[in-house]
Amino acid sequence: MASLVGSRVERKEDKKLLTGRGRYTADVNFVHQTFAYFVRSPHARAQIKKVDTSKALKSPGVVSILTGADIVNDKIGGLIAGWRIKSEDGSDMKVPPHPPLASDTVNYVGDHVAVVIAETLDEARNAAELVKVDYKILKAVVSTKDAMSSDQIYKDIPKNMCFDWLLGDRAKVKEAFDKADKIIKIDLVNNRLIPNAMEPRAANADYNPSTEEITLYTTSQNPHLARIIISAFNGVAPENKLRVIAPDVGGGFGSKIYPYAEEVVCSWAAKKIERPVKWVADRTESFLSDCHGRDHVTHAELAVKNDGTFLGFKNETIANLGAYASVFGTVTPTYLFGPCATGVYKMPAAYSNVKAVYTNTAPVDAYRGAGRPEATYTIETLVEKAARELGMDPAEIRMKNFPTQFPFQQTLVHSVDSGDYVGGLNKAMEIADYKGFEKRKRESASKGKLRGIGLCSYFEACGIAPSPVVMMLGCGIGLWESAEVRFNPTGNVTVFTGSHSHGQGHDTTFAQIAADQLGVPIENIEIAHGDTDKGPFGYGTYGSRSLTVGGTAIVKACDKIIAKGKRVAAKMLEASVDDIEFSNGEFVVAKSNKKKTIGEVAFACYLPGTYGEVKSPLPEGDEPGLKETSFFDPVNFSFPAGSHICEVEVDPDTGETKLVKYTAVDDFGTIINPLVVEGQVHGGLAQGIGQALYENCHYDESGQLITASYMDYTMPRADNFPEFNLGFTCTPATSNPLGTKGCGEAGAIAAPPAVMNAVMNAIGTEISMPATAEKVWKACNKNKKRNSEAA
Amino acid sequence: MKTFNYHSAKDVKEASKLASSNSAFLAGGMTTIPSIKLGLATYKDIINIKNIKSLSGIKASSKTLKIGATTKHVEVANSKDVKKAIPSLAALAEGIGDPQVRNRGTIGGSIANNDPSADYPSACIALNAVIHTNSRKIEAEKFFKGMFETALKSGEIIEAIEFSIPEKSNYQKYPNPASRYAVVGVYVAKHKGEVNVAVTGAKSCVYNDKDLAKALSKNFSSSVIDNVKISSSGMNSDIHASAEYRANMIRVFAKKAVEAC
Ligand SMILES: Cc1cc2nc3c(=O)[nH]c(=O)nc-3n(C[C@H](O)[C@H](O)[C@H](O)COP(=O)(O)OP(=O)(O)OC[C@H]3O[C@@H](n4cnc5c(N)ncnc54)[C@H](O)[C@@H]3O)c2cc1C
Repeated sequence: MASLVGSRVERKEDKKLLTGRGRYTADVNFVHQTFAYFVRSPHARAQIKKVDTSKALKSPGVVSILTGADIVNDKIGGLIAGWRIKSEDGSDMKVPPHPPLASDTVNYVGDHVAVVIAETLDEARNAAELVKVDYKILKAVVSTKDAMSSDQIYKDIPKNMCFDWLLGDRAKVKEAFDKADKIIKIDLVNNRLIPNAMEPRAANADYNPSTEEITLYTTSQNPHLARIIISAFNGVAPENKLRVIAPDVGGGFGSKIYPYAEEVVCSWAAKKIERPVKWVADRTESFLSDCHGRDHVTHAELAVKNDGTFLGFKNETIANLGAYASVFGTVTPTYLFGPCATGVYKMPAAYSNVKAVYTNTAPVDAYRGAGRPEATYTIETLVEKAARELGMDPAEIRMKNFPTQFPFQQTLVHSVDSGDYVGGLNKAMEIADYKGFEKRKRESASKGKLRGIGLCSYFEACGIAPSPVVMMLGCGIGLWESAEVRFNPTGNVTVFTGSHSHGQGHDTTFAQIAADQLGVPIENIEIAHGDTDKGPFGYGTYGSRSLTVGGTAIVKACDKIIAKGKRVAAKMLEASVDDIEFSNGEFVVAKSNKKKTIGEVAFACYLPGTYGEVKSPLPEGDEPGLKETSFFDPVNFSFPAGSHICEVEVDPDTGETKLVKYTAVDDFGTIINPLVVEGQVHGGLAQGIGQALYENCHYDESGQLITASYMDYTMPRADNFPEFNLGFTCTPATSNPLGTKGCGEAGAIAAPPAVMNAVMNAIGTEISMPATAEKVWKACNKNKKRNSEAA
Repeated sequence: MKTFNYHSAKDVKEASKLASSNSAFLAGGMTTIPSIKLGLATYKDIINIKNIKSLSGIKASSKTLKIGATTKHVEVANSKDVKKAIPSLAALAEGIGDPQVRNRGTIGGSIANNDPSADYPSACIALNAVIHTNSRKIEAEKFFKGMFETALKSGEIIEAIEFSIPEKSNYQKYPNPASRYAVVGVYVAKHKGEVNVAVTGAKSCVYNDKDLAKALSKNFSSSVIDNVKISSSGMNSDIHASAEYRANMIRVFAKKAVEAC
């Protein structure tokens, strides 16, 4: 049987998803179901003086109205920050309480105040309008930059600061800077984004009073985590009485990793009223209350020698956490950001200092790339500026500082196992026809257009795992992954994974791996995920971890199946176990033609004994059945890397920027399915380009969200993109047997600096993201003025 | 969503009779339905006018092009008659919103709604349109009164829009990158003896830029546009574009439109 790993197998899940046969949380309905509608704060910051539900309770169809007071009465725990970060002075991070329904203050527009439960959605919504909340409006803190000097939001959190974190050595950096020929400085804003998964968040909780069991359907990237948090922290039900199912999920991009107030409230309310409670976010609620992404203000400096050698790097960042510390909100701007900020380079000395602040905006958490796009944007725009100031070619300065020996001990944390950064950039330059740029620039100029080229070389740390390491760094959970491989008696296979697929194509990629390992045709393999009652505990999908961690767990479980299969086959074939070889789904006695297929062996495991023709004795000490479980915890993160080259054409009269050419060369280690990987790169690029040119979350001074719909929040569209030129290099990861590195976030990490470097190259001026037409036009005008004054 | 009574009128007379100050006609529904769903508008009665055959269709004569009120954007965009008589009008329709909107939204609905950043109102001004209603004919200049405001009276129904066929015309638009409505749209039309330069998106209501129109009437060349003052005062300013940028875009687009004529 030919190996499936490396082949472009069409996605098994697409038929269902593209023909409307997917089953999402909103599709799930229960008999006797009620509908929840949340009363949300219209103010960014206010004290709640009184919540009066008397009139609303009399509205038609209302079953129940619950408020913060009920949360307190029932001792329902708050939402949690999952990662503990310590400040440079050793003190613990400061975290405000985050009750699922607010009782004394609200802290962003969209914050949850009460839930109205009614027979129909319309009745719930109409009654919600009658809930009278008496607010004392307080001055909102909105600006990331000014948060530390603004009004204090929480009594015990001075300067609105969660932590002041340092990674690296200030003294060594000072030494390096003292020796430098030149210091390049940059001030950046990493614009705030709204995730916009295609499927809005939803929950449907069913409670069975006789068994006291809650079944919660929810839009989650991580149902096991939802279950443990709702049980252990919110205290809604013990873990054995809570089943969480994340059926088909229409995208997450990080925003669905952890449970929100709504899932907690629906589960708790279902138990209270002993009826199912369904909630589906409308798009406005998604804009207001899904966790947002990015939102950094950064000052960074690079110390260089005149020949372009990097000597040292500093990064001073203020990161906006929003109103509360969300589950991965504190790790995103620290350990996922700081280490990668020195980029893909040898950097003798470096530090990253991050001050995380609270503001009266929606909580900020991981969003595709989580910390690494912010890091890459910082270093890659800085390096490009260094090249300009030193009069060097941007490719040359990068080449000069790339490490060439692996494993490479990166400055701040990581030991990078493998890579070929020189080869990657060379390949990108070749595909992009880097040499031909000047000619294309002249052609554009003849049409009155400004053409620019921009590079980005990145590395990132993903495959998020080693549990001992992440726990040492403050993570409140382990990050291994599980798999259970179960042969059914008739020889086909069900694989349970703790990962969760919400667009990534696991049904296909994971089946390819199992098919190769077991020698079973791919159509005989089913991947099961997303139900805490079906498979073992797992940690879900994010941080480009599913294949390297979850996929490897499948390989390990298959190894165990084969080991048992060998013992059973040996007994069946009356040979010694040591003589049994396994390949292509067959157990063969060495140097003979005696063999049993893996299907026959599986059948024997389920029907051990003699019955007519069936003779399948089990080896002594072995149990019946053929099912194995593996929990895999890798020894290291994985480190995808690559170089992207972007070309843009700017119309100086209107400032409109057109992306004319985009080349991405990535090293994801072993590629299981190129079709799926290319799709992931395309999607990541779309989001990265979206951040660079279009998307921007905008709150006004009072904390009202101005970009709260698609009328004002610019999502990129297909006609904004050129054909992407993709290339791959491969240095397999050494930290997992598959050699894979993860590909889900790379596009979103590499594209923003590549695009912005191209825009800035075209117009010759620094500008911030997103490079909207008006901003670019203003910059072009300034240049014109400067040039005419100089002339 | 608040409940309402739904009616389907079989002719204009019935539709008009059903109308009140608390009703809306349902043409494409691309404005009315989102407004109801978002709670921005509530109506007692919704009166479907899509089944009234006489309100739909395109008729070309030698001097004018008459388009029925419930004709969809996609029908205008694809119409051979429109493409032949006034190609810029077909192009305008092709650039409205997205395929879903173009397959439902209608010209009458667009004009009745008079969104300050809608495309069609500029065509009406530039092409000296006459709005035919069930009770009268209204010149475009008198039809568009202000932001979301028209000369229509309660119960009055637009039956058709009659455009004068110009010698030359062109429409240029900077679409809002998020919604694709016009941040600025400039419609230049050269008729015998006069030029109109209709601007949408820039102010609270579509208008004919008299200074540009006058300069181009004298000399229909893009070179004259740099000498015309385009003041940004009174122009819209929002997160998508400042008044200053809108003023610039009017100049850039006026030139482009003249050059493309
Ligand atoms: C996502 C999106 C993008 C859009 N982008 C654009 C764009 O780029 N450019 C643009 O110009 N528009 C745009 N629109 C608006 C679109 O063109 C609408 O179709 C149009 O504004 C309203 O037309 P309708 O037929 O849908 O009207 P409806 O929503 O059915 O009605 C709107 C109003 O007009 C009244 N009305 C309708 N027909 C008549 C009639 N015959 N006589 C009297 N009154 C009538 C109704 O009473 C109602 O008050 C967009 C809309 C959406 C949803």
